[in-house]
Amino acid sequence: MADATLNVPIVPAVRSAGYWQNVGARLVRDKTAMAAAAVLILLTLAAIFAPLIAPMDPLEGRLINRLRPIGTEGHLLGTDELGRDMLSRLIWGGRLSLLMGVTPVVLAFIFGSAIGIIAGYAGGWTNTLIMRTVDVFYAFPSVLLAVALSGALGAGLGNALLSLTVVFIPPIARVAESVTTRLRSSDFIEAARASGAGAFTIVRVHVLGNVLGPIFVYATSLIAVSMILASGLSFLGLGVRPPNPEWGLMLNTLRTAIYVQPWVAALPGAMIFMVSISFNLLSDGLRSAMEVRQ
Amino acid sequence: MLGYSLRRIIYTAPVLLGVSVVCFALVHISPGDPLISILPADASVELQERLRVLYGFDRSLPEQFILWLGRALQGDLGTSIATGRPVTTEVMRAVSNTLMLASVATVIGFVLGCFFGFVAGYFSNSPLDKAASAAAVFGVSVPHYWLGMVLVIIFSAQLGWLPAAGAGPGGSSQWRFDMEHLRYMILPAITMSVIPMGIIARTVRALVAEILAQEFVIGLRARGLSEFGVFMHVVKNAAPTALAVMGVQLGYLLGGSILIETVFSWPGTGMLLNSAIFQRDLPLLQGTILVLAMFFVVLNLLVDILQSALDPRIKR
Amino acid sequence: MSTEKAIMTVRGLRKYFPIKGGILGRTVKNVHAVDGVNLEVFAGETLGVVGESGCGKSTTARLLMHLIEPDEGALYFDGKLVGSPELPLKEYRRQVQMVFQDSYSSLNPRLTIEDNIAFGAKVHGTPAREALERTHDLLNRVGLDPVRFAGRYPHELSGGQRQRVNIARALALRPRVIILDEAVSALDKSVEAQVLNLLADLKEEFGLTYVFISHDLNVVRFVSDRVMVMYLGQVAEIGDSEALYDNPLHPYSRALLSSMPSMDPDNRTMEPALTGDPPNPIDPPSGCRFHTRCPVVSPICGGAEPALTQRAAKHLVACHAHDPDSGYTAPSPKEAAE
Repeated sequence: MADATLNVPIVPAVRSAGYWQNVGARLVRDKTAMAAAAVLILLTLAAIFAPLIAPMDPLEGRLINRLRPIGTEGHLLGTDELGRDMLSRLIWGGRLSLLMGVTPVVLAFIFGSAIGIIAGYAGGWTNTLIMRTVDVFYAFPSVLLAVALSGALGAGLGNALLSLTVVFIPPIARVAESVTTRLRSSDFIEAARASGAGAFTIVRVHVLGNVLGPIFVYATSLIAVSMILASGLSFLGLGVRPPNPEWGLMLNTLRTAIYVQPWVAALPGAMIFMVSISFNLLSDGLRSAMEVRQ
Repeated sequence: MLGYSLRRIIYTAPVLLGVSVVCFALVHISPGDPLISILPADASVELQERLRVLYGFDRSLPEQFILWLGRALQGDLGTSIATGRPVTTEVMRAVSNTLMLASVATVIGFVLGCFFGFVAGYFSNSPLDKAASAAAVFGVSVPHYWLGMVLVIIFSAQLGWLPAAGAGPGGSSQWRFDMEHLRYMILPAITMSVIPMGIIARTVRALVAEILAQEFVIGLRARGLSEFGVFMHVVKNAAPTALAVMGVQLGYLLGGSILIETVFSWPGTGMLLNSAIFQRDLPLLQGTILVLAMFFVVLNLLVDILQSALDPRIKR
Repeated sequence: MSTEKAIMTVRGLRKYFPIKGGILGRTVKNVHAVDGVNLEVFAGETLGVVGESGCGKSTTARLLMHLIEPDEGALYFDGKLVGSPELPLKEYRRQVQMVFQDSYSSLNPRLTIEDNIAFGAKVHGTPAREALERTHDLLNRVGLDPVRFAGRYPHELSGGQRQRVNIARALALRPRVIILDEAVSALDKSVEAQVLNLLADLKEEFGLTYVFISHDLNVVRFVSDRVMVMYLGQVAEIGDSEALYDNPLHPYSRALLSSMPSMDPDNRTMEPALTGDPPNPIDPPSGCRFHTRCPVVSPICGGAEPALTQRAAKHLVACHAHDPDSGYTAPSPKEAAE
């Protein structure tokens, strides 16, 4: 073997599609999921290019124009309690709302996965210590923990993001721990250890590729919850501060207007609902696209 | 069963301890000197120091924690800064209102959720299933505080059928069982029931579809059991899990009622939290959260034990 | 068998698995999975390991591979203590490799065949290109055309093909010893024969030593130079394959071998077959562990534990019946018949 002639490597004629390629192909065929994705992409683009497409300044309004109904000349979706253009505020509001909804889950995905994978792969006392700590945070209902933390930390975008991240780390860490623990006893992990690889290499090459998928799907299902919670914090006055446009905060300030312009007042909530249901449908589609056993 | 319950109870103790550590820490992660929130704005330095010693803020954190925990175990959660009344009194009054609302909402959610779930699971992949599944997705996706607003717009602002806010006539702060108070409960309870409805519908749908696909059900049909008999079989097998989900959901509603209570000005723990946050009434915030979290943990414990008693397959 | 030089030596290997129980989850009992195993593996031989399920075969394999830490005992490779500065674990694992029973779960489903095989070589610092060349060479040698198979994923292959991949993966580090833990047990009979032939060819080609663990007595006889019989975590008997199969000394080996269907109607054994399940390894019987099921049990057997002692040429057995000084008294035929 040592002096086996080393030929020029043969280029395989058959390159099978990888797992994620197959998942992607199945997901693209899912009409509901694709519709949801289209809505999300559209809203994201609108938020990114808000300065270009919003018809008016979201912060400037004239009190004389306050609470105009939907379909008013020049204000397609009416005006709010300070006479600001609703359409422009809704487009701009997507920036903060999407940012506040998605960021905590992304951060929690990174930290929660890391914590869960370490606990799951290490096992033993490390696992017990980490997971019992996680259990403590898991023992709070998510809304309560978010309100408690941001209530104690004080209002503000940064504190709201921090609180929500802390809320979502425990559930993600739990999922990460359980999939990693299940994977750890697989023969191919044993085989990798038997070939002399260190823990770090095994996690990088063999664990991540197998556990990140399921953790990711779970995390995407949390984005809808996060959207509702994040806007909920602003609704309570714990998140974004006025006059910045954010759907939850807009909903709160317009509450007083439900007897005057009820449907204008309900608009920001409809936006939150639309985003949240789209994320749920996309997440469901991704889950069923991944469930097919390879 | 007994062994499992005992193990589960013992396992809960460190979680409760951890929960109390987090609640204790809430006061200390809030910016600024914890004393500031208690002091009148024009307090002299001398008074400050006296209070610091009195409240034990001059001691080390572990010492403070043990003192605090000791008092909490005796039912003393401190004094509300805003009202000057004991936190325990405030919380207990609010808890009963929230518990009443959350229980009614859970029952509504359970009944609707089971109905939708059964329909969807029984007629899997039919248009009925699609409709029921859509209702479930709606339930878990809708921002409930917004749904509450929409219901108020329709049934209070537009139609004028139901009151928009409060627990009863004349700003009643204590819910009672009479027709007048019941009218006040309808909108918040329906709003609140939407989340457990969605989750229970999803769970029941999956359960029913799974049970129906099992061979013993095919066997039952083959042996000529009536459709009603098969249905009863499905109910018997799905019930433990569905009930467990319901129990957990009640816990979530208890802790997550703040947004809905704010929309409807319902005088429960959510309103209490809301006012505690805005008046920076940290003892009240801390006490309310501690009580709600304890409720949640103990409820989960009971659900687990009950489920293991109901479901013979769980031998843990 | 080329030489009589031991390539692997095992001394006093012991592994108990704790059983947690009670309310506080303390260790209440131990499963005596492997309990005092001594053995030598000679360079160039195939050592077969047989026994009923739960007798500690697979635990022994994992201990030999150092995948689990033994509670007691030492493992020497080429006379050097494994895990000592003289022979670090990583270096040992380049020399000794393992093939598992489940061909699917022993390959990473998210990596292509070539990445699965090349992983070990890369771990040991082989440059990527060289590792790839070696991988394709090995695929050829195990009878899988790299052009067709290198870029595929494990689920696209049949069980036999996957096990060939696993063998190639084990060979990629150019080891000297391969531990085969029920490596052909899950395969169809025809595929099994092909893989066994492949293993024989590779052994010749690369001068390998095999530790071949299987519950299939026929297969073990076919491939092994020597055979070790295990019972409840201990070695009952070890000897040359022919000698052991023709003349088993331990009553357990006799019973085990008599359960083999024989092709020759005149050659049927009259030994009583094994009845019942093996005793629970949590509370193994005292003395000789086989005495609860032994057809020729004597009072001494429940008391003293028999030592593994040489009784014939290169043939060791742990049984009081073969020890004239043990105080063993053979039961009368009537008793034996009961």
